Amino acid sequence: MPVEYNLSREDWSLHRKGYLDQQRHQEKVREAIKKNLPHIIAEESIIMGRGKKVVRVPIRSLEEYHFRFNYNQGQHAGQGSGGTRKGTVIGHEAAGGTGKGPGAGDEPGVDYYEAEVTLEEVQEMLFRDLELPNLQEKKKPVMVSPAYEFRDVRRKGLMGNLDKKRTLLENLKRNAMKGKLAIGGITPEDLRFKTWEEKTRYETSAVVLAMMDTSGSMGTYEKYIARTFFFWMVRFLRSRYQQVDLVFIAHHTQAREVTEEEFFAKGESGGTRCSSAYRLALEIIDRRYPPADYNIYPFHFTDGDNLPSDNEACLEAVQELLPRVNLLGYGEIVNPYYRTSTLMNVFKRIKDDRLVTVAVKDKSEVYQALRQFFAGPKGGEAGGTRI
Amino acid sequence: MEQEFKSIAQAIETIHDQARKFGLDFFPVYFELCPADVLYAFGAYGMPTRFAHWTFGKHFYKMKLQYDFNLSRIYELVINSNPCYAFLLEGNDLIQNKLVIAHVFAHSDFFKNNIYFTATSRQMVETMAVHAAKIREYEFKYGHREVEIFLDAVLAIQEHIEPPGPFGYKEEENEENEDTRPHRRETPYDDLWVLDGRPKEPPPERNRKIPPRPTKDMVGFIMANSPELEDWQREVMAMIREEMQYFWPQMETKIINEGWAAYWHARIIRELDLTPAETVDFARLHASVLQPGYRQINPYLVGSKIFEDIEKRWENPSQEERERYGRTGGEGRSKIFEVRSCENDISFLRNYLTRELVEELDLYLYQKVGSEWVVVEKDWEKVRDGLVSRLINCGYPYIVVEDADYQRRGELYLKHRYEGLELDVSYLEKTLPYVYLLWGRPVHLETIIDGKTTVFSYDGKKNCRR
Repeated sequence: MPVEYNLSREDWSLHRKGYLDQQRHQEKVREAIKKNLPHIIAEESIIMGRGKKVVRVPIRSLEEYHFRFNYNQGQHAGQGSGGTRKGTVIGHEAAGGTGKGPGAGDEPGVDYYEAEVTLEEVQEMLFRDLELPNLQEKKKPVMVSPAYEFRDVRRKGLMGNLDKKRTLLENLKRNAMKGKLAIGGITPEDLRFKTWEEKTRYETSAVVLAMMDTSGSMGTYEKYIARTFFFWMVRFLRSRYQQVDLVFIAHHTQAREVTEEEFFAKGESGGTRCSSAYRLALEIIDRRYPPADYNIYPFHFTDGDNLPSDNEACLEAVQELLPRVNLLGYGEIVNPYYRTSTLMNVFKRIKDDRLVTVAVKDKSEVYQALRQFFAGPKGGEAGGTRI
Repeated sequence: MEQEFKSIAQAIETIHDQARKFGLDFFPVYFELCPADVLYAFGAYGMPTRFAHWTFGKHFYKMKLQYDFNLSRIYELVINSNPCYAFLLEGNDLIQNKLVIAHVFAHSDFFKNNIYFTATSRQMVETMAVHAAKIREYEFKYGHREVEIFLDAVLAIQEHIEPPGPFGYKEEENEENEDTRPHRRETPYDDLWVLDGRPKEPPPERNRKIPPRPTKDMVGFIMANSPELEDWQREVMAMIREEMQYFWPQMETKIINEGWAAYWHARIIRELDLTPAETVDFARLHASVLQPGYRQINPYLVGSKIFEDIEKRWENPSQEERERYGRTGGEGRSKIFEVRSCENDISFLRNYLTRELVEELDLYLYQKVGSEWVVVEKDWEKVRDGLVSRLINCGYPYIVVEDADYQRRGELYLKHRYEGLELDVSYLEKTLPYVYLLWGRPVHLETIIDGKTTVFSYDGKKNCRR
């Protein structure tokens, strides 16, 4: 009789198959995210789940499409643990996401695939070509950040910094000189160590003034858009520049400097007087951030529903602000029912390319706004001469 | 480690002997002890040697995640081949592995003896390895991206094949028949008819329709008839079709096969000398395998209960059964072996899911009412029929190739054989472009939506319906 059974154990450590295809899948996820960035960066799970490292975003292009029945139709067979009667409710719509529930292998009925991405991944893709525009060398080099770089190789050093590749190469060379084609018998003279140099990076200092309308006319939706924008702006600045000061200003008819937490959790009511925010910005700039020493970037988000009597005051304030700043961003969340924004029209009268205005109609347009505000160096910028 | 290995080897020996004693008839079984990620890779691919594709990576990732969070555990992984390969999870308790080992022997018995598996290749491990190597070669030759896009398209329609097996329909033969049927048998004396002055029969009008009769084998048909495809692409389609034909019997015997294995692992383990602790652990494990599913039925539970019921009814038939069906009693074991040889899920349920079982197992039908899923049917016959109807064609819509030269424009016309369940329209519209990619000309699919015949089309640019 031939062998009827057998047990063996092999070395599976080189079995990478699953991981390789998983990697390809992840690649596809990243591609899909890149294509969908405008929608993904406005995902609630990201903006609201602050502090969470991993977020789940729906990705439709990674479905495995095939002909299938409409799951929501017709009758399915199930099984209870006894005593189930007609009319028993066994589940609700949207019961669980794809595959996360215990035992749910491929639960139909959920019509999109959710991928998990880390915030860092999204960030990296989003920020790749964003930059603080018109950044200039300022007198006061506040942004000193020490940096260590390994850029030298020596024969003596700390064992922890051993350069194994070079050491092996030296050994190989020495053996070869003796006519031996092998690695082995490493002696102290083969050892090579990496050594570092301390470098100081000078960066220009910058301050960003984030201003947000928190008046009654800013509904949940408008606030969400503004928050989305500032959320990414703050993350962007923190990740890219070691030393950027952030100032948060919330306003309705009066403006107030607030902390970051307050800024994002802000909910108030009342009318709108945008000039109050600009005035406060001016005050802060004059008091704390002299334009000679700082690159200054005020950004303002509002629904544009400003008190008409205040418009002239805004114009004045903005005109006062402009010479002090590198770029002034004005973002208006356009209400589909309320098209005649007076403030935007007022700003259109200003001819100065340091004023960038963006109208955001939809949360996916936050992406466009980010790209417009942080467009990086434009060709032949000569803004510095104005100051 | 060594200890673990030794005790498993010993368990295999004991369980094997016990399985033989019970009369199970299996292929030689080669067990392999492997770490979780390897096991999950096999689970995701369906076969250790299968070709590489990102969708497998997606499933692998999902399964592994569940494992890492301790949400699920694959209990067994066994391959229909001769010899049969089975994989055990390193680090499982011995009792867990014992259960798996017993389970595996029963599966192998099923693979070897069930009639639906007679047509499956028992060398598929090697065949798939060859396929994988070929696909890898194509990736080198034609580009990774190119091959991947093509695989995406083929996998989208992979379920649409002619099921293999004893009742599978052999296209070639039928085509032959169709051509020869109108002709009279030729004899050396045929010229006599002409002498007789009778006009020769007009040659039968040739039916030029392609395919001559609707075919369910969409993959095979497109492979053979698409004007668009390169040779390597036809080759890829042939490979995926072959793999699907191999997997199909497993898909149509899920309940009976798992039921069979669950029935036997319980019987076998009971015969072993277990420590009290092991006995408790086994009971717990067995109970967790047999948990009801609420939104789907648990094949282990339903299957094994039906087998137990059959055994009971043939072993000790009631008075009525003795008189009406002439059952003599004492045939329990032989009857279940017969059932495992000649049924698939559909016939298994139709023949042996009784009223008492439906009630005991608390089976029901549910459907969506508003935003809730509500139990709507408890009547045993309706439940049984509802359950069976969802298993037809392994739960996939039955779609045939109707015409390959639709409106004489070389367009592909598919038809969904509507049986009361509508297709998922959004998925349908996303799948048609894949068919277009394979066919190279506009494609149409006829189905019924809201009681009206509707044709969905994709012409390379956009979807439309009429």
